[in-house]
Amino acid sequence: MISQFFILSSKGDPLIYKDFRGDSGGRDVAELFYRKLTGLPGDESPVVMHHDDRHFIHIRHSSLYLVATTSENISPFSLLELLSRLATLLGDYCGSLSEGTISRNVALVYEILDEVLDYGYVQTTSTEMLRNFIQTEAVVSKPFSLFDLSSVGLFGAETQQSKVAPSSAASRPVLSSRSDQSQKNEVFLDVVERLSVLIASNGSLLKVDVQGEIRLKSFLPSGSEMRIGLTEEFCVGKSELRGYGPGIRVDEVSFHSSVNLDEFESHRILRLQPPQGELTVMRYQLSDDLPSPLPFRLFPSVQWDRGSGRQALNVRLHLPLPRGVVSLSQELSSPEQKAELGEGALRWDLPRVQGGSQLSGLFQMDVPGLPGPPSHGPSTSAPPLGLGPASLSFELPRHTCSGLQVRFLRLSFRPCSNANPHKWVRHLSHSDAYVIRI
Amino acid sequence: MPYLGSEDVVKELKKALCNPHIQADRLRYRNVIQRVIRMPGVQEYIQQPILNGLRDKASYVRRVAVLGCAKMHNLHGDSEVDGALVNELYSLLRDQDPIVVVNCLRSLEEILKQEGGVVINKPIAHHLLNRMSKLDQWGQAEVLNFLLRYQPRSEEELFDILNLLDSFLKSSSPGVVMGATKLFLILAKKFPHVQTDVLVRVKGPLLAACSSESRELCFAALCHVRQILHSLPGHFSSHYKKFFCSYSEPHYIKLQKVEVLCELVNDENVQQVLEELRGYCTDVSADFAQAAIFAIGGIARTYTDQCVQILTELLGLRQEHITTVVVQTFRDLVWLCPQCTEAVCQALPGCEENIQDSEGKQALIWLLGVHGERIPNAPYILEDFVENVKSETFPAVKMELLTALVRLFLSRPAECQDMLGRLLYYCIEEEKNMAVRDRGLFYYRLLLVGIDEVKRILCSPKSDPSLGLLEDQAERPVNSWASDFNTLVPVYGKARWATISKCVGAEHGGSERSHTASFAVSGHLISEENKGRVQEAPDSETLMLVPNCQLTAEYFEKTWLSLEVAHQQVLPWQGEVHPDTLQMALQVVNIQTIAMSRAGSQPWKAYLSAQDDTGCLFLTELLLESENSEMQISVKQSEARTETLNSFMSVLETVIGTIGDIKS
Repeated sequence: MISQFFILSSKGDPLIYKDFRGDSGGRDVAELFYRKLTGLPGDESPVVMHHDDRHFIHIRHSSLYLVATTSENISPFSLLELLSRLATLLGDYCGSLSEGTISRNVALVYEILDEVLDYGYVQTTSTEMLRNFIQTEAVVSKPFSLFDLSSVGLFGAETQQSKVAPSSAASRPVLSSRSDQSQKNEVFLDVVERLSVLIASNGSLLKVDVQGEIRLKSFLPSGSEMRIGLTEEFCVGKSELRGYGPGIRVDEVSFHSSVNLDEFESHRILRLQPPQGELTVMRYQLSDDLPSPLPFRLFPSVQWDRGSGRQALNVRLHLPLPRGVVSLSQELSSPEQKAELGEGALRWDLPRVQGGSQLSGLFQMDVPGLPGPPSHGPSTSAPPLGLGPASLSFELPRHTCSGLQVRFLRLSFRPCSNANPHKWVRHLSHSDAYVIRI
Repeated sequence: MPYLGSEDVVKELKKALCNPHIQADRLRYRNVIQRVIRMPGVQEYIQQPILNGLRDKASYVRRVAVLGCAKMHNLHGDSEVDGALVNELYSLLRDQDPIVVVNCLRSLEEILKQEGGVVINKPIAHHLLNRMSKLDQWGQAEVLNFLLRYQPRSEEELFDILNLLDSFLKSSSPGVVMGATKLFLILAKKFPHVQTDVLVRVKGPLLAACSSESRELCFAALCHVRQILHSLPGHFSSHYKKFFCSYSEPHYIKLQKVEVLCELVNDENVQQVLEELRGYCTDVSADFAQAAIFAIGGIARTYTDQCVQILTELLGLRQEHITTVVVQTFRDLVWLCPQCTEAVCQALPGCEENIQDSEGKQALIWLLGVHGERIPNAPYILEDFVENVKSETFPAVKMELLTALVRLFLSRPAECQDMLGRLLYYCIEEEKNMAVRDRGLFYYRLLLVGIDEVKRILCSPKSDPSLGLLEDQAERPVNSWASDFNTLVPVYGKARWATISKCVGAEHGGSERSHTASFAVSGHLISEENKGRVQEAPDSETLMLVPNCQLTAEYFEKTWLSLEVAHQQVLPWQGEVHPDTLQMALQVVNIQTIAMSRAGSQPWKAYLSAQDDTGCLFLTELLLESENSEMQISVKQSEARTETLNSFMSVLETVIGTIGDIKS
């Protein structure tokens, strides 16, 4: 049971405020929350806070605070889940979730909240049921950008770029019920993996953890069935091994409740009738045994060793340094890269790394007053304490570390209205924590 | 938000509410009910539309109407429960629409709040269980929560229910999984192996939540992991890598993870965990680094040698914030694990240059004083402190310095005599802080009495390994926290929750507090009217405690050991205990005190005895552990009779509750 729900901007301005039960102190509760949040001592967690007999539970989502208050001792898991579901839902309706879209669509947001929660109790969060009751259209402002012009091409010629979905394509409202029918039927299917890796100083792997998700964002009219074929060698658990090839194995899988698994055992096909909007079809985890080698290695150098033709984006190396570093001299292999010193750490930015390439950066630091290596110890070559560990952050498009691929995405789509729906399938790995001890 | 229009609007609305067509349009019905319901003056008009709505054909209208009943009831305030309405709602539990069913439960819960909420009997429970698969995740989580209050009649029925619920442990929604887990834990409270089994199965979802992208979910999961670890220390040991921190995580998650790591350490993973923790000690954030060092100190109680080595290496960094925490850790460690004293003593020289804060200085001075005879240059380090005592800002450091120097003087008189004289002179003649001066005078007079007397007073034991063993025994049974699982209690932490619920209770429990407040002021322990109240209770419950039942300590011990614990209970408790007050209060209700720990000792214990008119003995142990903010009560009874036991417990609770209130 929720007493109030509100959305605050990152600066603490209330954007949305809704009181469901009328039993509490009014709007200044939002202000009270922000004051408590900012004045919190460092070792206390902000997730759950209390004032008098009221508990504040919040999540941060794209720099907004979504806060619920309650006076009961309720399940934190359900409430946090509800808040993040609300965030996705609002994102679906408004296009994307940000301060701008919320304030442009205040009426719509209140309407959604009215339907989702009654007297502080969840009624429904399924887009299927909600679409019958939501009347307001989302207001979308299209920011002018040079990027859109570039796809027109010189002299009207088709360029490469039109084959790639524009980056803003997925961020439009899902449910524009009565609006122009000319809108494309599109499906976006993303396989996203988050890597957390810990590599010891001698290069041995201490921890590998892959959290994967298959996310679907569908703009299709609901009720259309869809089949997603996964790599056939895909297997779950340690015992099960299929075929002779290098199996693609994950430890644990959980599926969304709407997924029909009849063909999963035999052909690794997921059947589902997705509602419009965003949906996590499948979640999986994999730890320790990774089928493919890790994407980065760092000896004294960072080496990027995947097959050529691929590239990594936005690679950043973060290396904490001993206190009192005064100067840094660098030798980098390309002018595009940048390394700078800040907040007691070295930051080396590599906007693009080609696959198979090796990069080197030589950094020389001047640390006055650093105690030398312990003279009595046998290991005089040990790095000074306070240096490292190095952590990398990166994005790898078109690559999944577990090796899971989507074979096909088929729509059994009623041949109504317009042409074939567009299907976009992406694979992406990015780093959660990629740490290399020095 | 309530709609507050003008007079005309109100009239218009009244008209609209009487209009039967308003219900034809579902959205308009909802809007009218939601808007109008909080408006004063229209309430009598709303009753009929709501009752009609309950029987509407459209499920949407029924959903709104069912919750409308709860709203209406709450608006009328203290109005009586309408039996017909309640019956109608109970019958609507069989509705086709799953949301109507869940809304009925919620609505009944609110309407029947005074009577203890909605009743879940066997037919309702089984009906709900069968409908579970039709509900969405929110409904499932909620129904699982309602099912907690159902008691299966037989073992067979219990296992049938557990089988039905099995699939929900695999749900993709963490809320449902945790709800199902809690239900399993509560239902199977007499079957520990089932409980363990469930906790094994929930490991996967919990670990997944711990590495979830949502920080908040991750935090909640970590708190629950800690809760489980309290009972099953080895439960997550093989997954220790999941709890390694990554640098991008927020501070509060890192702290939780360090705590978890500290608790799941065992022989196999200790090497890797310590390696990881050592990495954190040099973290950019000073707070996090210190938390990591304290964690290593915690692990050192079991794996002393490795930890002391790591801590010693950290001293080599010569970083102020690290050194001070390491020295504090050493102090606590030496007290619990005397075997590491030698290593600590070798590491200490040189630290004094890097310690600036009060806590660190106190720890260092204490170590130098107690173990000074093993540190060659201890007197010279202390001498530096004595030289600079005038500029010392913290009185606590000065007090510590006095004690340490007198102690060191006992073991190394030649080197210390001169500076002890200087320090005493300064403290007595020049010091402005009264506490420090008194301490100085005390030691001065003590020294006048003679060296033997000083030795007798100051040379107490230098370590107490048994204390560490006592702390380790805190392994609690699953049942002690099963009811807190999947609530806010583990997220706040038990100690903080106790203060929260206490201050909430203070606001609501009005009249009883005014009694206690009045006699707290008047200075009497129990005022006359209160005495009456306390003694009234036993009379009405046919419990008469005999006034002068004096047991000898030996007899008590013998009986205590021969009996089983009949009842165990935990009461909230804040702060320290004043034994005299408690003893007097217990005397009033004819409970005798056999033995009691000193005030301020930790853990604090007391043994009580009482006898009723039939000769039945009640033996009681009170236990107050240092970190817990609660008093644990165990009662043993010479004859097993529940009704007298219950009334005895209520007497005891009243007394302890009253004493607790006075001090808070």
